[in-house]
Amino acid sequence: MNAPLSVKSSPSVPVRRKRAVWTTLEGIVYLLPSLILFSIFLFYPMLKTVYLSFYATDHQGNPVQFVGIENFVYLLKDVNFLQSIKATLLFVCYTVPASVVLALCLALMANEKLKGIGLFRTFFSSTMGMSVAASSVIWMFMYNPSIGVINKVLSLFGISDVQWLLDPKIALISVSISTIWMNIGFTFLILLGGLQNIDPTLYESARIAGVSYWYQLRKVTLPLLSPTLFFVTTVSLIHSFQTFGQIDILTKGGPMDATNVIVYSIYKDAFINYNFGSASAQAVLLFFAILVVTFLQFKFGERKVHYQ
Amino acid sequence: MNVLRTFLLYALLVICSVVVLFPIVYAFLISFMDGAEVLQGHIWPQKFTMKNYVAAFQKVPLFEYLFNSFIVSFIVMLGQLIISSLAAFAFVFLKFKGRDVLFFLCIATMLIPWEATMIPNFLTVQKLGWLNSYLGLTVPFFASAFGIFLLRQHFKTIPLELYEAAQVSGVGRFRFFWNIVLPLSRTSLITLGVYSFLTTWNMYLWPLLVTNNDRVRTVQIGLKQMQSQEISTEWGVVMAAVIVVILPTLLLLFVGQKHLQKGLMQGAIK
Repeated sequence: MNAPLSVKSSPSVPVRRKRAVWTTLEGIVYLLPSLILFSIFLFYPMLKTVYLSFYATDHQGNPVQFVGIENFVYLLKDVNFLQSIKATLLFVCYTVPASVVLALCLALMANEKLKGIGLFRTFFSSTMGMSVAASSVIWMFMYNPSIGVINKVLSLFGISDVQWLLDPKIALISVSISTIWMNIGFTFLILLGGLQNIDPTLYESARIAGVSYWYQLRKVTLPLLSPTLFFVTTVSLIHSFQTFGQIDILTKGGPMDATNVIVYSIYKDAFINYNFGSASAQAVLLFFAILVVTFLQFKFGERKVHYQ
Repeated sequence: MNVLRTFLLYALLVICSVVVLFPIVYAFLISFMDGAEVLQGHIWPQKFTMKNYVAAFQKVPLFEYLFNSFIVSFIVMLGQLIISSLAAFAFVFLKFKGRDVLFFLCIATMLIPWEATMIPNFLTVQKLGWLNSYLGLTVPFFASAFGIFLLRQHFKTIPLELYEAAQVSGVGRFRFFWNIVLPLSRTSLITLGVYSFLTTWNMYLWPLLVTNNDRVRTVQIGLKQMQSQEISTEWGVVMAAVIVVILPTLLLLFVGQKHLQKGLMQGAIK
């Protein structure tokens, strides 16, 4: 009975080789669209960015003169760029931990089995459907010093005329608050998914053993959620390095460069000042910053967190 | 004790919902107020008026913006679905030399932040003459490592025996891909579709760079335009436009939430 099959599965060597060649060709054809697009719009431009970062460029972005690492040296001495790095790092510190912790609290609540919990889950994830532009416009109005709701409410407590977006001391915090709100939806959704993946029998055992809610949270839930937590933290980190839209709409990098985060700084240098060389050098630094974060995830993420 | 706990939980859930939803509801309410009322800083409109919505469509080409966003998001969605599923199919079912190297290349793309490549990309698109065109807005986003991973995860759950049986009975690879693999992976395809549509609809920086006229400008850039033009006087109109812009994605999110959640987890973690 197996005879015809076994003949088919062990053909002569040349036939097999021919078939392997065909498979390779076919595989390449299936992959070709992705490979071509990745090459044109990702690998080539990344190399070109590195290349441009070693050159002085004209206003059309053509390299004019090789300057070595001068762009980088100049940047690291430039007060504006150092301010930009400071703003970026502060922004990351303000937004990432707060987003993750708040979303975690929401996810823990929304993971309880209650009537109508689906509705709350939908509510909490809703900011994921909000575009950066729409969200920023809404927050811009809420921050409006004279007619915005935030100052209206604060005036009830006798606090008046806070210039949320114009005061260099608080502008970055204001942008961060709105960003945390924008992040909540996505972070919540991922964390809720992580919670739902935890084996329910573990909770059952914990309940039978009669441990308290907090004990269960610390000893069961959080350890088992750690891969998801770690993932969501990394993604949020990378994401916050890439912030642009809310800065462009809310503050334009101002006041006094207080919110001039790295991507906005690249944008301004390249597309407003036409200084492509310096902008490319900044882009290279951004690339390395994100590379480090990703590398740390691969290096430590796998080991420190608990996998089921 | 248990009743108390449930009550407290509901109270917390409601408070959190109010806080999270407040900006959206606030924008919604403002969009029904007339100008004078907005300036007085009311929260609840005394009289609901639709004037702002009419004005939003009349004063700016909001309809064109919406149309452009829809076309661009739809094309990117379609492009990502086709190109990612082809690649994922090759990575799962075709065994050939060099496949692992190519797979590694796909992983490597995830290390490159898109913003670090935007300057040469802008120059490329400019040289191709794709500024202010749908091509420039869509083609650079057709290939997606996330999409390839997501679909690869799902394709891997299809038993290899099915593929071998198809091979033995002489069914071509493309027919197997089209008639068996794709229908079996419907949920993942929907997830990727929803995700790519959402992200493209909400895209901001790239459309800002490559469009400078109303013919192809997307709705997000339209919002920025509006807000900077009408800023001092007509917040009601701006908020009406905001509501119109977020409605499609909020609906899509509510409908596709379960899919999206599952898919994001699969594509991201495993």
